[in-house]
Amino acid sequence: MTDSTKKSTIDSSRRDFLSKAAVAGTVTIAPGLLLHSTAQAASSGNISTRPHDEDVSNKNRWGLLIDTEKCATGCTDCVDACNEENGLVSHGRPETDAQYIRKVTLKEKSTGHESSLPLMCQHCETAPCADVCPTGASFVRADGIALVDKHICIGCRYCMMACPYKARSFVHEDVENQKLTAPRGKGTVESCTMCVTRIDNGGIPACVEACTAENHNAMIFGDLNNPNSDISIALKSRGGKQIRSDLALNTGVRYQGLNE
Amino acid sequence: MSKIEYTSLEGKSPAYFGLLGGLALIMLLALASVFYMEHEGHHVTGMTNQIVWGMPHVFAIFLIVAASGALNVASIASVFRKKIYEPMARLSALLAVALLAGGLVVLLLDLGRPDRLIIAMTYYNFKSIFAWNIILYTGFFGFVGAYLWTMMDHNVYRFKPYAGFFAFIWRLILTTGTGSIFGFLVARSAYDAALMAPMFIIMSFSFGLAIFLLVLMASYRWTNMELGDVVVNRLRNLLGVFVASVLYFTTVYHLTNLYATQHHGVEKFLLLEGGVFTNIFWVGEILIGGIIPLILIYAPGVKNSRNTLGLICTMIIIGGMSKIYTILIAGQAYPMELFPGYEVSSSFYDGVVNGYTPSLPEILLGLGGVAMTLFIVAFALKVLRFLPVSLADSVADPHSAK
Repeated sequence: MTDSTKKSTIDSSRRDFLSKAAVAGTVTIAPGLLLHSTAQAASSGNISTRPHDEDVSNKNRWGLLIDTEKCATGCTDCVDACNEENGLVSHGRPETDAQYIRKVTLKEKSTGHESSLPLMCQHCETAPCADVCPTGASFVRADGIALVDKHICIGCRYCMMACPYKARSFVHEDVENQKLTAPRGKGTVESCTMCVTRIDNGGIPACVEACTAENHNAMIFGDLNNPNSDISIALKSRGGKQIRSDLALNTGVRYQGLNE
Repeated sequence: MSKIEYTSLEGKSPAYFGLLGGLALIMLLALASVFYMEHEGHHVTGMTNQIVWGMPHVFAIFLIVAASGALNVASIASVFRKKIYEPMARLSALLAVALLAGGLVVLLLDLGRPDRLIIAMTYYNFKSIFAWNIILYTGFFGFVGAYLWTMMDHNVYRFKPYAGFFAFIWRLILTTGTGSIFGFLVARSAYDAALMAPMFIIMSFSFGLAIFLLVLMASYRWTNMELGDVVVNRLRNLLGVFVASVLYFTTVYHLTNLYATQHHGVEKFLLLEGGVFTNIFWVGEILIGGIIPLILIYAPGVKNSRNTLGLICTMIIIGGMSKIYTILIAGQAYPMELFPGYEVSSSFYDGVVNGYTPSLPEILLGLGGVAMTLFIVAFALKVLRFLPVSLADSVADPHSAK
C-alpha cells in the first residue's frame, strides 16, 4: 500500500517512545502546564479524535483555521510558543535563523486596509516539497501533516526552492539544547510539524494553545475530516481561504478574514 | 580522408606539471572551503533561507549544462555522419565526462549533508526531477564512457554508431532534466515555464562548444600540433548559430512573460529595476554573452584570428555564467507573490528583494569544480590517445585537394 502508511508503521515505535518520554517529562517538570493544555484542548473541542494506540491514517486530516480579524498586529504569542516548543533560538543572523511561523503584515494596496496573520507550513495535500524531494525525506503523513525525515534529508534545499509559502528553513549551524520532541540537525531542512508529537498524544499545536491561552482565539486546530469538529463547523459557517489557492494544493491551513 | 592518427601528450614539460600543480592547488583550496563550510555550517556562506541556492549551484549547473553540449562535436560526427568532426569526437566525449564530473562534485559538496551521498544513491522519490537527474547523470557517465570505448578500441569499433546514438539521446534527456529543475517549480514567478528545458538544451550547445573550442585550441597551441582553419571556422560558424539561438530563446521567454500581466512584476525586476541583477542580465548575459560574440563571429576582418575566437569563447562562458546567475539567483531574489494585491512585510523577508553576496568559500568551491574538469582532461590527454596528430586542413577536410 502507500509509502506513507508503511512509514507510519515503521516510525510508530520510535514515535511512541518519544511521545511517552515527552509525556513523562512534561508530567514531571510541569504538571500544571500539561493539565492546562489538556483542559484547553478539551474545552475548545479541538482534541485529537484518534485513539492513542491506532496507527496514523487518512481517517483524520489535521488542519488549522486562522481568523485574521482576531490576529493582532504586533502580537507574536504563537511565534514565541513555536520557538519554545521546537527549541528555535536566534543566532543574531535573521537571514539564516530558522523560523517555523512568521507574522506577516498585509496592507491592501487599493484600500489601505491592514491586517496580520501567522504564516507557516500550509501542510498541503499534494505538497510541492514532497514532490521534488529526491530521497523522499519530505513527505506528507497519512493524516495530512507535512514532515521531514531528518535521517534521509541530504540538505539539497530543493524543497525550499519549491515551497510556494517559503515556509522552510535550513539549519545553518550546529544545534544545541534540542528538545526531545523536536529533533533538528545541522545541514537539514525543517519546518512546522503542526506539533506532531502533541497531536499524537491527543494535544493541540503549541501556537494554537498559546493563542487560546491569551484569549485571542484566532487559531483553531482540528480534524478537517470530522464534520463535527470546531474547525469544520467554523469553516462551514464562514468559509475559509487557502493561500495561493490557484495552485490547487488543498492546504491543511485555512484563513478567514482575508479579502478575495 | 585518410585514416586518423591519434597521439597522447608527452606530458613531461615543466609547463605541463605547472598546469597540473596549479589546478591541484585550486582543488585543494576548494576542499578546504568545503571543510570550512561544512564544519561551521552554511551560515558562513552568502546563502540564506531566502537565497537557498548560491554560487556553487551557478558553477555546478553551468558545468553540467556545458557537459552535455561538449558532446556536440562527437554527436555530429557519429549521429549526423559529418566526417570533418570525426577526428575530434574523442576529445569531445572526454570533455563532456570531465565537465559533468566537475559539476557534480560541486553540487555534492555543497549539500547540507554531503556525507549522505549513499542515501541520495539508494533512496529515490521518482516524482522528483532531482532524483531522475541523479539517474541521468550516472547514465551519462555510462553511455559516454561506452561511446569512448567504442571509439578507442578497434575490437568494439563497430558498435560506435549505436553508442554514439544512445549517448546523443541521453544527453538531450539529461539537459531536459536539468532545465526542468526550474521548469517544474510552480512556486516562483521566474520559473514554472516549459521553455526552460529546450532553452537549457540550446544553452548547452553554446556553452559546451565554447569550452570545447578553447580546450582544442589550447591543446594544439601548447603541443605545437597543426590545427587548420577549416575545422576551426566550421566550429566557429556553428557556435554563431548556437549563440543566436540562445538569444532567441531568451527573447521568447521574456516576451511570453511580458504578455501576461501577472508576470509584469518579475519582468520589471529582471529587465529594469533589479539593480545588480539587471546589470548582469543586460551587460553579462545579453551584451558580453550574446551580441558582441555574435558580431565578432561573423565579422569578416577577424575570420581566421584564433585570439579573437578565444576571446569570443571566453565571452560566451562569461555570458553563460551570467545567464545561469540571472536564472538562479535573480529568480530567488524576487519576492514570492503570496498575496496578490497586498503590500506585505515580515521578519522572514516577505515582500522584499532578497540580497545575495557570494562568499569566498563558495566561489572557491565552484572554481574547484572547473579545476577538476581541466585536471581530468589534462591528465587523460597524457595517458590515452585522444588528440589527432594533425588537424591540418589537408587531413581534416574531406574536400581538401588530395
